[in-house]
Amino acid sequence: MKVSLFITCLGDVFNADTGVHTVELLERLGCEIDFPRAQTCCGQPAFNSGYHKEAAEAAKHMIEAFEHAEYVVGISGSCVYMVHEYEGLFEEGSEWQIRARALKEKTYELTEFIVDVLGIEDVGAEYNGVATYHTSCHMTRLLGVKEAPFKLLRNVKGLQLIDLPNRSDCCGFGGTFAVKMNDISEQMVDEKVNHIKETEADTLIGADGSCLMNIGGRLSRREVPVKVMHIAEILNARGE
Amino acid sequence: MPMQISEQGFKNRVEQGIEDDFMRGAVRSAQERLQTNRAIAAEELGDWEDWRTLGQEIRSHTIEHLDYYLHLLSENVSKLGGHVFFAETAEEANQYIKDVAQKKNAKKIAKSKSMVTEEISMNQALEEIGCEVIETDLGEYILQIDDHDPPSHIVAPALHKNKSQIRDVFEEKLGYENTDKPEELALFAREKLRQEFLEADIGITGCNFAVAESGSIALVTNEGNARMVSALPKTQITVMGMERIVPGWEELDIVVSLLTRAAVGQKLTSYITALTGPKLEEEADGPEEFHLVIVDNGRSNILGTEFQEALHCIRCAACINVCPVYRHVGGHAYGSIYPGPIGAVLSPLLGGYDDYEELPYASSLCGACTEVCPVKIPLHEQLIMHRKNMAEEKRTLLAERLVMQSFGKAAESPALFNTATKMAPFLTAPLSKEGKISKGIGPLKNWTDSRDFPEPNRERFRDWFDKRERRKSKNA
Ligand code: SF4
Repeated sequence: MKVSLFITCLGDVFNADTGVHTVELLERLGCEIDFPRAQTCCGQPAFNSGYHKEAAEAAKHMIEAFEHAEYVVGISGSCVYMVHEYEGLFEEGSEWQIRARALKEKTYELTEFIVDVLGIEDVGAEYNGVATYHTSCHMTRLLGVKEAPFKLLRNVKGLQLIDLPNRSDCCGFGGTFAVKMNDISEQMVDEKVNHIKETEADTLIGADGSCLMNIGGRLSRREVPVKVMHIAEILNARGE
Repeated sequence: MPMQISEQGFKNRVEQGIEDDFMRGAVRSAQERLQTNRAIAAEELGDWEDWRTLGQEIRSHTIEHLDYYLHLLSENVSKLGGHVFFAETAEEANQYIKDVAQKKNAKKIAKSKSMVTEEISMNQALEEIGCEVIETDLGEYILQIDDHDPPSHIVAPALHKNKSQIRDVFEEKLGYENTDKPEELALFAREKLRQEFLEADIGITGCNFAVAESGSIALVTNEGNARMVSALPKTQITVMGMERIVPGWEELDIVVSLLTRAAVGQKLTSYITALTGPKLEEEADGPEEFHLVIVDNGRSNILGTEFQEALHCIRCAACINVCPVYRHVGGHAYGSIYPGPIGAVLSPLLGGYDDYEELPYASSLCGACTEVCPVKIPLHEQLIMHRKNMAEEKRTLLAERLVMQSFGKAAESPALFNTATKMAPFLTAPLSKEGKISKGIGPLKNWTDSRDFPEPNRERFRDWFDKRERRKSKNA
């Protein structure tokens, strides 16, 4: 099965490791990886700030970059959701809208792809640690991927998973919100960090790099010794 | 603007909210209780999602045909002998109500809870002509005696106060001497209020839903005060926002079930009162004169726009009860009597962007509100639409518009994007220490004020991938 990797701009620049783990993991599961070089950013920062003309430009570019793909797999639920929203940026019935819809139909978030498309729940990973999982808002509520990460994590050997209290609360990232309304955002991420501390887990797992960057940044500022890992890294771990 | 509750700027209001530990404690525990109760009540129903869809359909049908149903309602109320007045503005509504009060020579007015009367500042208007207006909803009563502290929530207006603060207010203003047990506080208020009901010349109620097919007004309360307000005084005035209407009793049944479950997690509230016109000759109680004031105050401007769904709101406050932003800043920070997600959508629509331009940005767009709304209003999408309007009206900062324009260009051009991302580690290098950035500049400063920022990778993912491809083809 050929998979075109949607790395996301943050993933490309800040979390190259996550991309590496994703490639290794998917290859191990029998996929052939293609990386469309033309991909840039999904346009979400512009879209959420109300700049829909600019978001539509980004969308058109992404549609073209991935048009040849059989499956598109993204490593952030939020960016994948943005791709799913593209059709709303174009005129009803227009050619761009049709192309946007075609892209939506083949674009998946990583864990959803593994569970629903590949039909695999045990990827043969082993990670020795006590972890808690952060459910990202866009991935869970808007994209509707709720169970897949848990199904996969439950099968990771050596991993003890502890429920995060108030897990459906937003971590306070929200894109430009974190910068524009930083004082409110700080309260939100602080509350999240407190809940993580309550679990006494040594590892925080998430499936969205931007939330992890936010929570990780606060953990680091408050010097809380919790390791922050993208789910791709856990699923690619072989217990060494 | 009457809806406005503070003269201070948004930043100050947020800061005050964040620093108010008592308020935050009270809000946190109320939110937790209400959220859990709502979830249980929704679960209990079994097919909550189907109910939501039904609620959405009813509301959207009603608002699509609002003209028709308002006409039907007003015909039916008139037939019953009631008076109907359509007020286009807050001033018109207040003028009409004042006229009635003056004609009746009213001194004392007992009032049950109503957000629309807050919206039009009706109490103030009546006080200006010398009437005494008494709030009979416990929460509103507490705020009223506490020097008119504004409401911070649309269902539980005094949610920002904890019980010991309420006790102190009662002690200071009314000489209360007992403990802060909720039952004792409520008993005390009840005794005070009973006398007021008996003395009131006019009763004023809000309206949860008007039933078009019968000309009835349905009121949902837990304290029974609306029943007293509408049964004892000789004259009754009901003030309703023009969208608070359902076609018939069957629809009422559904929206009331959604309302009570979503609002407080109850199957039904203690009292659901339906009032149909003034007292008939053979009836024992009820008002002799009944006035229905239907308030537009900007609502018809929303009809037919991309914000029409905001008029579907049934004011259950479920969106407020799950909102993390509301939890940390409290209701007063919104500066409007309508706080939380629905307030951030509605306040700029009714009051304009000049006064409420920050509100649509006071959301991380986490979608918790959209998920719980019993009539499926896409609240977070409506917030984005406000942002879009403001960007198009060029209300946003020039710097932001320029960034977004160049963002659009970079996202469209792989070459530009490539250069920009390649430069990132070099541009940020002077700021980084030990693999992280703790003191940023420009917009990054707002981030690093509370969090560390990661250092961009020297080798981007695409560089790694390219290298690997080259290695592979060499080996092959
Ligand atoms: S927007 Fe929805 S959830 Fe919020 S108050 Fe209105 S009906 Fe309730």
